[in-house]
Amino acid sequence: MTEVAAVRDETAMIAAILAGDQRQFHELIRPFERGVYLMALSMLRNEAEAEEVAQEAFLRAFRNLAKFRADSKFSTWLISITLNEARSRLRRRQIVKMESLDVPEEERRHITPALLRDWREIPSEALERNEVRLILRRAIEELPEIYREVFVLRDIEEMSVNEVAKAMEISVSAVKVRLHRARLMLQKRLAPELKSAGPAKRRWLSWS
Amino acid sequence: MVLECKHVWDHISDYLDGALEPEVLALVQKHLEHCELCSAILDSTRNILVLTADDRVFELPVAFSKRLHARLDAEMGLASGRDG
Repeated sequence: MTEVAAVRDETAMIAAILAGDQRQFHELIRPFERGVYLMALSMLRNEAEAEEVAQEAFLRAFRNLAKFRADSKFSTWLISITLNEARSRLRRRQIVKMESLDVPEEERRHITPALLRDWREIPSEALERNEVRLILRRAIEELPEIYREVFVLRDIEEMSVNEVAKAMEISVSAVKVRLHRARLMLQKRLAPELKSAGPAKRRWLSWS
Repeated sequence: MVLECKHVWDHISDYLDGALEPEVLALVQKHLEHCELCSAILDSTRNILVLTADDRVFELPVAFSKRLHARLDAEMGLASGRDG
């Protein structure tokens, strides 16, 4: 979410929108559509709801644009709005009762990764297979919420650790701890699953 | 000082982010040179992060963008009506 932002003058765009050129809002948000949707999807785990939440987040950003302060990046601000929208949707759904948001940071200092003697690189072409994409999606979606949020922002949306901390309003060290656990949890689950999914079979046509 | 495997595991995330202090980094690297287990854990974690970050894992629903901008247009219509 960051590279595109760097070459655009978002401050000027925002000023223009606030001065009445509302159409520019369309251009302002274009680079962040995917990131906002993915954030919502990773939290709600339902495509239709994620789309609604993403739309709500963009609408809220539009309505509250005058409150945006340039001391943070527009993308960071947008993500924090998305997080809040998704969380309030989750509360309404009452799924939160199944998952505590307050897992103590010091709980389980060590996560034991999957122990392998050797690892044969799984190439990106393996992602042509629906089965492999599904294995990855499930593993991410089934991370506990506090780890999933940080993981999605840092490793999927490629925000910096500092930006994640800002968007989530938690400390940098908390981001690092959660990120570490999320990554090891994924390694623990995915290394054996991906290994047993086997090497990509050669196919002339891949419809899946 | 020699690091045990389980201590190396604690540093995997920072190692991948290039965020280890030089002294710790040196210890971890020394361990990795002779430990197949930790090397495999590191390689698999790195590989998994590359795969999960790929745009093909999560895809935007068809016409997501079209619906979003239509909704924004509707909102802007309302806003300009309201604000004059």
